[in-house]
Amino acid sequence: MNTRAATLFRAPALSLRFYPVWRRNLLVWRKLAAPSMLGNLADPMIYMLGLGYGLGRLLPEIDGMPYITFLAAGTVCFSTMNSATFETLYSAFSRMHVQRTWDAILNAPLTLDDVVAAELAWAASKSMLSGLAIMIVVWALGLSTTPLSVAALLVVPLIGLTFGALGLAITAVSPSYDFFMYYFTLVITPMAMLSGVFFPLEQLPAGFQVAAWCLPLSHAVALVRPLLLGNVPAGIGLHVLVLAAYAAIGFYAALVLFRRRLLS
Amino acid sequence: MALGDFSSRLSFPRKRESGPSAVTGSLDPRLRGDGSIGASLAGAEPALAVQDLRKAYGAHTAVDGVSFTIRAGECFGLLGPNGAGKTTTLRLSLGLVAPDSGTIRLAGHRVPEEAREARRHVGVVPQLDNLDPDFTVTENLFVYGRYFGLSKREIGARIPDLLAFAGLAGRADARIQALSGGMKRRLTLARALVNDPQILFMDEPTTGLDPQARHLIWERLRQLTAQGKTILLTTHFMEEAERLCERLVILDRGRLIAEGSPRDLIQTHIDPHVVEVHGEGVAEWAERHARRLCRRVERTGETVFCYDQDVAPLLADLASRAALRYLHRPADLEDVFLKLTGRELRD
Ligand SMILES: Nc1ncnc2c1ncn2[C@@H]1O[C@H](COP(=O)(O)OP(=O)(O)O)[C@@H](O)[C@H]1O
Ligand SMILES: [Mg+2]
Repeated sequence: MNTRAATLFRAPALSLRFYPVWRRNLLVWRKLAAPSMLGNLADPMIYMLGLGYGLGRLLPEIDGMPYITFLAAGTVCFSTMNSATFETLYSAFSRMHVQRTWDAILNAPLTLDDVVAAELAWAASKSMLSGLAIMIVVWALGLSTTPLSVAALLVVPLIGLTFGALGLAITAVSPSYDFFMYYFTLVITPMAMLSGVFFPLEQLPAGFQVAAWCLPLSHAVALVRPLLLGNVPAGIGLHVLVLAAYAAIGFYAALVLFRRRLLS
Repeated sequence: MALGDFSSRLSFPRKRESGPSAVTGSLDPRLRGDGSIGASLAGAEPALAVQDLRKAYGAHTAVDGVSFTIRAGECFGLLGPNGAGKTTTLRLSLGLVAPDSGTIRLAGHRVPEEAREARRHVGVVPQLDNLDPDFTVTENLFVYGRYFGLSKREIGARIPDLLAFAGLAGRADARIQALSGGMKRRLTLARALVNDPQILFMDEPTTGLDPQARHLIWERLRQLTAQGKTILLTTHFMEEAERLCERLVILDRGRLIAEGSPRDLIQTHIDPHVVEVHGEGVAEWAERHARRLCRRVERTGETVFCYDQDVAPLLADLASRAALRYLHRPADLEDVFLKLTGRELRD
């Protein structure tokens, strides 16, 4: 029993061997998903532009900026989070459970740790693409004109890793696709409402504000929004640390849960 | 084994040995196992040796003290009814699951400690197909070869031979969904050969295939053993084991219950003659006459199986009973299997 626990909880064994698995996902994406990318990216843009310009016309300026500018930073974070979450829930589950792609890979000289690391790296890569696409629109519309906004592209992969890791932990315990609905309804959507994506955190009652600062998305928004305005975010270290901690704990939890599910 | 003449009121054609020959192709010598490694393995190191392997799931012991050794170059069968522990034994041997106790050596490496290194020398055809549905036939081989750290050039050089071997030369760019079940199995076999393994693990490679497809797989496995590859085959088709395996073990409820060559097992465990009887009043006949005329009598539903060294008295008795139909045949591995594992259903 002790050896079993030791096997489950051993430290992650990370190496560059994850690369062929990451590359496999890239090849499939290039074949199948690239053409539909426009569809995936159009969704957050429509929300940002529709709400930003439509609703924004009715709203006063927020912290001295038009609502669309305020919303742009939220959308970068929100759509990066969604992209990493979808990839690690639906797509990874399909590769693990439905297509048994992971089983095939595990018969080669790769380990489950390699496969899970590859899935995380891939989710971060895909979310990077979402974040970048939104940023291009933000720049094209002149919603952010400061050179500092380029630094938002450094935050984006961190958001991808954080929500990719959390998504993988959910996938590891999911019996079917239906389970993911709970995660979206009970975790992702409330988090978007509490994290300053659509309106300032300060609008929330004090208790909710405390809760909001425990959520990773608030810290992502707290980094990206000032950068789009040309300001260095206050408390960078803390925000990065919270995101990194969620990523690290999520990844380790995912590994343990996948090991329990697939290797015991 | 001289079995005398077999008479029958039912005419069953005997099993045919040769497979369909529509698809030909053999592996290029470059693809064969490295002769020097094969030779040195044959002398000293077994391909796979497991000792006193145990693995429990909760209160249920899936593998219960199993030991066997597979010599380099042989085709070795792991037989057993559903749930016997065949797949679990393979997963333990590959280092995918850690045993509760016992030792494993695969291709000269300790498993699970050095499982990754061991798996470099192994090809696996899993029980359930897991080809990549998003890729073509060729892309599947390229992508899989990359998992072994092979370069595009190395894999590309092997692909024509692998496709010819799998009888898929004309389907290099076909989608996986467009392949028949037999083609998928052959592609899975080709994929398992992409790293030029010394040892092949095949988990029920022909389950669900039609006879033509099955014969073609058997033909290919024979070619591979002729080239010096070691094969570990699990199956619950006795005919398959009898044809392909030099040695085999029978596993039941996680325990190893017999070991030997198919011929030895038949000679050791069962009488050479079998008479299968069915028809009106067979149950009563079995009680009153068969038990008197024959050493071992078994019943499954409406069929009675009689086993003996000499069945002449039994046949003479049957000749006078018009209501009973019978088949007289030599005992085979299936009879051994059923004798050892029982006739009741397994799920
Ligand atoms: N991951 C698992 N969890 C719980 N029980 C399992 C697991 N894998 C196999 N078993 C059980 O172990 C036994 C042996 O299974 P398996 O090795 O798949 O048999 P076979 O391949 O011979 O049909 C079965 O009773 C099966 O239900
Ligand atoms: Mg099985």
